[in-house]
Amino acid sequence: MVTKVHMEALSPTMEEGQLVRWLKSEGDEISNGDVIAEIETDKATMELVARGDGVLRKIFLGEGGTAAVGEVIAVIAGADEDISDVAGASGGGAAAPEEGGAGEGDVEGDEAEDEAEPQQESEEKPARTGKAEPKKQEAAPTAPPEEAQRSSSGRVKASPVARRLADDAGIDIERVQGSGPGGRVVKRDVEEARERGVAAPGVAAPGGPEYEDVSISQMRKAIAKRLVTSIGPVPTFYLTIDVDMGRVLDARRSVNAMLEEEGSKVSINDFVLKAAAAALRRHPECNAHWHDGFVRRYNTVHLGVAVAIEDGLITPIVRNAETKGIARISQEVRELAGRARDRKLQPDEYTGATFSVSNLGMFGIHEFTAIINPPEAGILAIGGVEETPVVVDGEVVVRPRMRVTMSCDHRVIDGAQGSRYLQTLKRMLEEPAAILV
Amino acid sequence: MAVMTYREALNQALSEEMERDPDVFLMGEEVAEYDGAYKVSKGLLDQFGADRVVDSPISELGFTGLGVGAAMAGLRPVIEFMTFNFAFLAIDQVINSAAKMYYMSAGQFPMPIVFRGPTGAALQLSAQHSQACETYYTHAPGCKVVTPGTPADAKGLLKAAIRDDDPVAFMEGELLYNLKGEVPDDDDFVIPLGVADLKREGSDISIITHGKMIHMALQAAAKLEKEGIQADVLDLRTIRPLDVDAILDTVAKTNRVVYVEEGWPYAGTGAQIVSLIQEEAFDHLDAPVLRVTQADVPMPYAKNLEALAKPSVDRVLDACNRVLYR
Repeated sequence: MVTKVHMEALSPTMEEGQLVRWLKSEGDEISNGDVIAEIETDKATMELVARGDGVLRKIFLGEGGTAAVGEVIAVIAGADEDISDVAGASGGGAAAPEEGGAGEGDVEGDEAEDEAEPQQESEEKPARTGKAEPKKQEAAPTAPPEEAQRSSSGRVKASPVARRLADDAGIDIERVQGSGPGGRVVKRDVEEARERGVAAPGVAAPGGPEYEDVSISQMRKAIAKRLVTSIGPVPTFYLTIDVDMGRVLDARRSVNAMLEEEGSKVSINDFVLKAAAAALRRHPECNAHWHDGFVRRYNTVHLGVAVAIEDGLITPIVRNAETKGIARISQEVRELAGRARDRKLQPDEYTGATFSVSNLGMFGIHEFTAIINPPEAGILAIGGVEETPVVVDGEVVVRPRMRVTMSCDHRVIDGAQGSRYLQTLKRMLEEPAAILV
Repeated sequence: MAVMTYREALNQALSEEMERDPDVFLMGEEVAEYDGAYKVSKGLLDQFGADRVVDSPISELGFTGLGVGAAMAGLRPVIEFMTFNFAFLAIDQVINSAAKMYYMSAGQFPMPIVFRGPTGAALQLSAQHSQACETYYTHAPGCKVVTPGTPADAKGLLKAAIRDDDPVAFMEGELLYNLKGEVPDDDDFVIPLGVADLKREGSDISIITHGKMIHMALQAAAKLEKEGIQADVLDLRTIRPLDVDAILDTVAKTNRVVYVEEGWPYAGTGAQIVSLIQEEAFDHLDAPVLRVTQADVPMPYAKNLEALAKPSVDRVLDACNRVLYR
């Protein structure tokens, strides 16, 4: 049977994927469930799994190349099976009474759903090899939407214990190849995956030349797309406030003294996160999403925490942050950030924040503005704590000061509302006991 | 340890408990003069006299009801059914009287009565006399159900059943009576009801079973071992009440379960065990739980068909392989 290998939607928001590397070559025997390629999505590097048995007859998408979700990137078929329908239907020749393979699926019409679509790249050679080769739009027949869905929407079959072990080990079950019936992921598969470690994304090593060209990653594209949609259609304004951090530094010292036995400690940013969440609970108008036609105010705070990772950033979420203590927040952030750097976050760990915080203080940044991640309505940009001369009671004294800038979606938050939120935040940081009230 | 047959172990248990407690008496068809249809009560008439070892007429409902009344009056009857296949006639007294009496009398009448006899198929006894009757009794709250598979378990569990203040259906195996095994010499050797026994330890798969089927499970486990598979064989011993912890422990250990029972699949004991496992140990399962049971047909008389209808070592192995994804 001829099985087309599609670019599958390997993350909830993925629209196209970049082929990191093929794990099988043309001519290799393939069994249903084999991992045949690594695909970089907008979030992570994922494994692409074969959906049929046979021989990997033809590869259409070279390493480094990009294809839209649903696009056919290879063909699996019997060793002698005729794959001309898929591999050679065009290139100026053979078929093509239906000019240009145009009409969305008329072409493959009669055959079973798995049957071939005409594919422009023909025998000459695997087209679209090499990194920078531009994608030929006309050469990419988009699969009918339901077909793309079928290949990607299917819940991964996994035994309950396999799911639990994968959860415990922080392994994305979708990246584990199943050896059970029908490709079911079973315990031994997860154990093997845990032993060999989940494949790290293949990134080119830096060389010696004067400069290096790095292709645009999917995450980079996603960031650009998000931020453009933000700065464009989101009418943002900024509010900045100075906070005296003396009491936070005191509080942090005593908290860390208490935590010393456990071998853990909290950072200034953990206090900021705690205060930001506590203050949001008092200002639900700022803890909200903009939707077309309505504003959704949240009663709990899912706090997105921006984490820099190689080649981008991601905002894992501290759920129900207003209910958690500083030590817990600190521990969760550390754990999430660690897995973010390893690209092991589950999609539900970075989607659904109600408000976000970004801190660049550790880079010596005094103040900055952060860009809202829609549909959230606000984000705090936290600068570093700096010794600063300030006037207190008519005297110039040196105080540890921190500058906080809030970006507000004016569709949701008005100036006075945002200002009141920042006042509350400032009070909580300048008098940490206020968090308890 | 003394080596003795399952039959002798039961006989010892009866004898010791009748010695220990003068309220205990045995009644049933041919239990006295004939020493019992399967010679379980051999010598008891001579030892305890006709008042305590009572031959009944062929009237299951009658003498079972008599036993229930005796229990209400404070005695501790042991009612022998020549086989549980004959006890359908008496099930009204077992379920409607014995199992409910303590409840319906608001605790005024404890029901320390044992109904015992062989259950299950022997060889070519055909549809009416080849039934594993356990689930008829496990279904009703108020009745404990015990199915010993070895001489030691037969003795220890029968002694516990006789000492128990609730009705106990004590279901033996016709093909087990000649089985020899070691039995502790202790005349106070009592195995508590509701405690399972791990008959064999492994780590790769759990075969859960009870009664006569434990031997089939052990044979299958021995064959699996030759292929490098180590099986836990858990003998439930008591199928009501269940040893839930033992079941969950073995599931947590191996993540894979085959349940073997002699009776029919439909609403069989296995259905109860599978329900328990999926409710309480879902996150430990690596494969669906499979059951090996009698085929869902009345037992055929023809020898070849009977063999096909019964659970077999091969069928247990096949189920194990499927659960192991082999």
